[in-house]
Amino acid sequence: MSDPVTMPIRFGSNSGQSVTRRDGVAKVTGRATYAADNHPDGMLYAVFAPATIARGRVTHLDTAAAKAHPGVVEVFTPQNRPPVVGDPDKKPFMFAIPLELLQDDTVRYAMQPIALVIGETLEAATEGARLLNPQYAAETPRTGMDAEAAKPAPSGPFGRPAEVVHGDTAAGLAKAVETLDVTYDTPAQYHNAMEPHAIVAKWDGDRLEIDTPNQAIVLSRAFYAYYLGIPADHILIRSPYLGGGFGSKAVPYSPLVLTIAAARVLDRPLKLVLSRSQMFGPVGHRGATRQRLRIGIDDQAQMTALDHVATAIVDSFDSSFPEPAAGASQGLYAASALRSALMVVHNDIGVPGAMRAPGEASGSAALECAIDEMAEKAGIDPLEFRLKNYADIEPGTGKPYSSKALRECYAKGAQRFGWAGRPLAPRQMVDENGFLTGWGMGTALFGAPMFAAQARAVLRPDGTGLVETAAADMGQGAWTALAQIAADSLGLPLDKVEFRSGSSDLPDGGVAGGSGHTATAGGALHAAGTDAIRRLGELAAADPASPLFGTGNQGFIPRDGRLYAARDESRSEAYADIIARAGGEAIEGKGSASRPPEDAGRYAMYSHGAVFAEVKIDPVLFQMRVTRLVGAFAAGRIINPKLAESQLMGGMIWGISFALHEEARFDKRTGRIMNSDLAGYHIPVNADVRGLEVMTVHEDDPHVNPLGIKGVGEIGVTGTVGAIGNAIWHATGRRIRHFPIRIEDLLAQD
Amino acid sequence: MKRFDYIRPVSVDDAVAAFRPGAAYLGGGTNLLDLMKIGVIQPDTLIDLGRIAELGPIEMLPGGGARVGALVRNSDLAYDRAFAAAFPMVAEAILAGASGQLRNAATVGGNLMQKTRCAYFQDPHSACNRREPGSGCAARGGDNANLAVLGWSDACIATNPSDMCVPLAALGAVVEVQGPAGKRDIPIADFHQLPGDQPETETALQPGELVIAIRLPTEAADFARNARYLKVRERTSFAFALVSVAAALKLDGQKIIAARIALGAVAAKPWRVTAAEDLLVGQAPTEEAFARAADALLEGARASGDNGYKIELARRAVIRALQMSAAGTPKRMPALPASPFGDVAEEHSHV
Ligand SMILES: Cc1cc2nc3c(=O)[nH]c(=O)nc-3n(C[C@H](O)[C@H](O)[C@H](O)COP(=O)(O)OP(=O)(O)OC[C@H]3O[C@@H](n4cnc5c(N)ncnc54)[C@H](O)[C@@H]3O)c2cc1C
Ligand code: SF4
Repeated sequence: MSDPVTMPIRFGSNSGQSVTRRDGVAKVTGRATYAADNHPDGMLYAVFAPATIARGRVTHLDTAAAKAHPGVVEVFTPQNRPPVVGDPDKKPFMFAIPLELLQDDTVRYAMQPIALVIGETLEAATEGARLLNPQYAAETPRTGMDAEAAKPAPSGPFGRPAEVVHGDTAAGLAKAVETLDVTYDTPAQYHNAMEPHAIVAKWDGDRLEIDTPNQAIVLSRAFYAYYLGIPADHILIRSPYLGGGFGSKAVPYSPLVLTIAAARVLDRPLKLVLSRSQMFGPVGHRGATRQRLRIGIDDQAQMTALDHVATAIVDSFDSSFPEPAAGASQGLYAASALRSALMVVHNDIGVPGAMRAPGEASGSAALECAIDEMAEKAGIDPLEFRLKNYADIEPGTGKPYSSKALRECYAKGAQRFGWAGRPLAPRQMVDENGFLTGWGMGTALFGAPMFAAQARAVLRPDGTGLVETAAADMGQGAWTALAQIAADSLGLPLDKVEFRSGSSDLPDGGVAGGSGHTATAGGALHAAGTDAIRRLGELAAADPASPLFGTGNQGFIPRDGRLYAARDESRSEAYADIIARAGGEAIEGKGSASRPPEDAGRYAMYSHGAVFAEVKIDPVLFQMRVTRLVGAFAAGRIINPKLAESQLMGGMIWGISFALHEEARFDKRTGRIMNSDLAGYHIPVNADVRGLEVMTVHEDDPHVNPLGIKGVGEIGVTGTVGAIGNAIWHATGRRIRHFPIRIEDLLAQD
Repeated sequence: MKRFDYIRPVSVDDAVAAFRPGAAYLGGGTNLLDLMKIGVIQPDTLIDLGRIAELGPIEMLPGGGARVGALVRNSDLAYDRAFAAAFPMVAEAILAGASGQLRNAATVGGNLMQKTRCAYFQDPHSACNRREPGSGCAARGGDNANLAVLGWSDACIATNPSDMCVPLAALGAVVEVQGPAGKRDIPIADFHQLPGDQPETETALQPGELVIAIRLPTEAADFARNARYLKVRERTSFAFALVSVAAALKLDGQKIIAARIALGAVAAKPWRVTAAEDLLVGQAPTEEAFARAADALLEGARASGDNGYKIELARRAVIRALQMSAAGTPKRMPALPASPFGDVAEEHSHV
């Protein structure tokens, strides 16, 4: 085998282009089939009955009434639960949570499935579930931050430590000339993707086909295999499109597994679609936090200490996912001593999970407001204060950043926003309509992780390409951006490459999460394409009839379906011709991507950004509006600017939501959420989003991965929340130390 | 959802004849169907009013009043040029409610009859005297930050969420109804009921009666030049009010000859106190005068839970709405109707 000269990764004409999303037309014309659009022959409908208490036992279910309802086919309760093989209380894999598969009559959170009703129609199953009219032996639920004394978390999510300490923050605070000690609260939030969780399950003997939106298809297949006791390769998961995931569709949840198990018993295909209110419990959420931040500065306004303790509300039976908010203080500001610690308070709620920028969103909200408060105390412009505390190496660890164009983000964002000349003191600006006007900013930060993925690339005899990986497109644009990367690696235009994805019989595309999907799945695709081209080159170089004969030691440049000798571009040949002469067999390449642990240990890897917000507030009624929001982000190589900017915008809109709208409202007595629909659970509407601008700053980062890709999926949320909170202070002079900030809060301080 | 019969009469007489206990009239369905799906209301018969032509028209009456059929869609009423010119704050209130899609479906009769948004009313698993008499009121001591500060009772602290009804109350609209006992008029002030110890009695309608029209009296059109609706809410659009105000003035130069004010989202009915309006008569349109009227309107207000802020917010909103109406009805509907941000010039229409 010849050893091609190692060359830097080359990008073709596809990456870097604002290609319009390839699935867009299918989606807007209704041709894109989402999971719930499937109707296999003989299908029945499943509806789960949710617990309407948060803690206790179910003592009675009126199964007779439910079964008597016309169209109800079966009612599953703990008495006749559909069997599973894997223990639902065990956690077979990382990210798994204990499931409620009717194994007993315990209720551990409101909205927990306590029965599954099967009907000929959705209406029959729904009415059957209602007729069950559960009776309970209820216990007083634990609800809210004050339910018990906070305890140190045993560990953080993702296997991270609960506490990270660099230096002595107590000493740092003691020697500070000015200190800050503030507490911020963030609420529980529920993902509420537009498409609810849904599944259509169809058995054929011990083989299973499921249509379900999923962010980690091959990983999830292993989960399902565990619970159902069948080999993973007997399961086919189809997930071509997801109507949003936001972290909640990465692993199987109880209602989904229960439906599959029931379909097996009934030997009929089953469909289950969660109602909006059922999304508020069994399918994860962002846990509420209370965060205490203590900051000290010296006489140069440099931080002597940054101490961030986050108390997160977790469930009572797993507690594996305390919202890791304090971690947001690691890695950003050059404090000489740094501590972040995670505490927990147990409530009777469903297990929290990863929700867009898990930890970072809540943590950044509190941190960026605290930084603003510290800048205020120091009498320094908040941008200048951040620059004074700019970290050129990662604070605490001392690692170099793989790349960090944050200074450029600050400069570009501030310039575009017109930050210069902002009055230091609050309540100085009133616009021509009399609205209090305030400007605030926040730094955006998100890690640039990679997971593991595999891919396959095929050069077909006609010179076109086929690439495969089980990636997930939640709307972020994987169908498009990943195809761009693959097309470049094959040296083909986008329309000459077929991309197969979103199905578990393809090579593992890894998880679409952590803002690492483009880097990971893209990396695997690129490697596979490169491998196919290498094989093609070997054929050509060894073929005396090829113009490329004997050029094997130079390496090749693939471009537009032709292979060129790297050092003599006058020598080239079309892929199809090379393949034809070699016998006409398609050429297959394989690739994988993950980050070598050595690289991970050597560099600190993050995406960065700066967000600037303007708010206008009625001086009497205190109704608020974010009127401008400018974000400048540095996230390595941008594969598709249009899609990346959309992602960043979506993140920033999420930031508006976090700052001003989103909140699950619990009844403290019952532990139930009282606004579990989209009329009550507010997110921004069009009229709330104005003057949104996103800019990117290019970074060449050879260390994150060979393609130089970081992520853009989550970072937009970070920075934005704080920027808005700070702008509200700047407009009114009032610090509201919880989110969402409401009219009532400003009124109370007037 | 429970099984039900569905009938579609073509006349009011037929609709009334079809009524029996357990039946419900269906307008646009934007409220009723939601409540049926979650099991809060379970009619055994739905009488769809959608094919009844006589419920359809908007009539401008000689002399300046108007009669609006119960089946007129909220959007159609708000965008009716003659109606909106005569009763601009009704149009503004309608456009400040819900979303475009909902307003296209919702009917005037349904809007008038819409149920409270109290979260416990909308949850069959909570105690609620309004839904199930005698079961208690889970909203007391619960999530009640947006419930009533006026006219509530120990039995129920719910609010009426309608925007449209607030200017209708200010303008003294009349509700025309027809039932087994024939037709009658109900002044809007008597239409929605305060809870007292019978919160389940939401309106003055008798069983089987249905709303056939609302009528705006002749004098209501006298306020067209100075009439505004103001809605304070937690997002810029598509949110129920924390408080809302319909305020209208009849001015003679710098003197107020007549005033109309009603508050929304503070009680189980639009809150109007004529004594507060009378305080303004003969006064100049000053902040002090408006503040006195606001205080009189809010007399007796008291928190029913975590909602005391609504009293101060309502006071401020009344003053602001009166100032807005004193400044004159805008020539064009603001891009953000009824919003404190509504009059900002460069804004595109969002509704
Ligand atoms: C998400 C959301 C947001 C909303 N936001 C707002 C808002 O901001 N402001 C606002 O004011 N409203 C808002 N609404 C409520 C909306 O205005 C009402 O749902 C609508 O006006 C009801 O009209 P409808 O014709 O659809 O009534 P239906 O749903 O058909 O009926 C409602 C009730 O009225 C009865 N009924 C209907 N017609 C008659 C009649 N002619 N005679 C007697 N009884 C009748 C029905 O039996 C039922 O009890 C919102 C609704 C939703 C779903
Ligand atoms: S306030 Fe009224 S509607 Fe709400 S729970 Fe109490 S009784 Fe029911």
